[in-house]
Amino acid sequence: MDFSTPEHAGPPGPSAGSGGRRAAGRGVAGRLPWMLVLPAVAGLVFLVLPLAGLLIRAPWPTLLERLAEPHVLEALRLSLACATVATACCLLLGVPLAWLLARVEFPGRRLVRALVTVPLVLPPVVGGVALLLVLGRRGLVGQWLESSFGVTLPFTTAGVIVAEAFVAMPFLVISVEGALRGADQRFEEAAATLGASRWTVFRRVTLPMVMPGVVAGAVLCWARALGEFGATITFAGNFPGTTRTMPLAVYLALETEPEAAIVLSLVLLAVSVIILASLRDRWVSAA
Amino acid sequence: MSRRLPRWAIALPVALALAGLSGCGSGEPAATPDAGSSSAAGGGAGEVTVFAAASLTGTFTELGKTFEAAHPGTTVRFNFGSSATLAQQIVQGAPADVFAAASPATMKTVTDASLAASPVTFVRNKLQIAVPKDNPAEVDELKDLTDAKVKVALCAEQVPCGAAAVKALDAAGLKVTPVTLEQDVKATLTKVELGEVDAALVYRTDVIASAGKVTGIEFPEADQAINDYPIATLAKAPAGDLAGQFVDLVLSQQGKDVLTKAGFEAP
Repeated sequence: MDFSTPEHAGPPGPSAGSGGRRAAGRGVAGRLPWMLVLPAVAGLVFLVLPLAGLLIRAPWPTLLERLAEPHVLEALRLSLACATVATACCLLLGVPLAWLLARVEFPGRRLVRALVTVPLVLPPVVGGVALLLVLGRRGLVGQWLESSFGVTLPFTTAGVIVAEAFVAMPFLVISVEGALRGADQRFEEAAATLGASRWTVFRRVTLPMVMPGVVAGAVLCWARALGEFGATITFAGNFPGTTRTMPLAVYLALETEPEAAIVLSLVLLAVSVIILASLRDRWVSAA
Repeated sequence: MSRRLPRWAIALPVALALAGLSGCGSGEPAATPDAGSSSAAGGGAGEVTVFAAASLTGTFTELGKTFEAAHPGTTVRFNFGSSATLAQQIVQGAPADVFAAASPATMKTVTDASLAASPVTFVRNKLQIAVPKDNPAEVDELKDLTDAKVKVALCAEQVPCGAAAVKALDAAGLKVTPVTLEQDVKATLTKVELGEVDAALVYRTDVIASAGKVTGIEFPEADQAINDYPIATLAKAPAGDLAGQFVDLVLSQQGKDVLTKAGFEAP
């Protein structure tokens, strides 16, 4: 029953959109511009159609017993935990990085800004190989980690978090940096003239001002981490309970049992839609 | 009110979407129109599309060149990948002429869907223990893999090399806890090449292909888990006769020479 949610999440899209348009467009007279509406509708169909495909092909009669299989819950729990911890790590490192890029002038800032987006353009599998070459057992840093602390990241749950954080962090940084650059700096200046230190200004003025940007970035980051496949399977491997997240389980199920893969995909989809929708409501009403 | 999106603007795409989907649904078992149109597009010049297991990458590429030389104007296109994935792609209607699988089970997916008839076993492949060049964990027999300190990579059981690994370990009565179950044999071997694991069970042919980077160790139980590679022309082969001629080349003495040189065994 829960899995009808994505179905409902699809169709309300356009109607919610038209409702918003009615409210927002109150001041503008005239007919709807078809030059915009037609491609918009085509775009929506393009995005929703694959979802409809999953729903139509889902093995509904055996859905419940497939879901009850322990390995499904295990993969789901692992996916949610890893994506959440990865997002927390990204917030800890990414928000300060975004602040640095937006507020501090330093030579080579453009280059650094471009470097931050590297994980976005890098195919995730390549990202995974790169992580192995640096943090692997024979990697530049990994070698030292193992000899000094006895820590190896590949094939561990920590490795999954590292891989997810690597590919997801740019989403957070770009979103927060955009918010910072759009925010009015006069408030920060006013606080500074009143004697606040830069840290206090950041904590009491800047951060609350860009909070919507931080939240949006964190949501994107979490969603990207949840769906992460390439870097995870390359860097962290694939073992049930420790590193087999839902996308890996889906890929493996596709090898032999496409129906099971559809069920797993729907679970991942339903859970992420429920979580994102409930978060969104909370933040929209709070704002 | 005139600015509201008309109802049909929502209804139309939804209807289109449903029509498209139902079309896919009913069209799949009888995909003849698709196959017909793609054969027409293929044209007389001749193009053979071969779906082959990842472990055949080197040998089939070589045989493809031989085939093109023998049939001027013909192109052989390859899709190499995990046999299970390829089988699914064929069942979903991918326009292929020949399927060469790394296990009878994956070929069965295609024959069960009546998309290929009478596959022939053309080679067999055997597992070996692959270890990094310097063999850090000093592995020299299958039993060493049970040591908890030895990091082992295996293929996932869903893909042929993983199924063979389970069979071999069962035959030896050993229980190995791998650190990872990789999605195909090449990914498993990469983990050894990079030194991330101490040992892996992969095909002998893969060890030969990576000579210089990994060392292969034979083990007697591998004989209990020999993988047969079946090949078949597909029922809806857009290339028609050319498909059969490519299979003939693989089964010929010339084909056998190329395959055995790479470490495959004759069936």
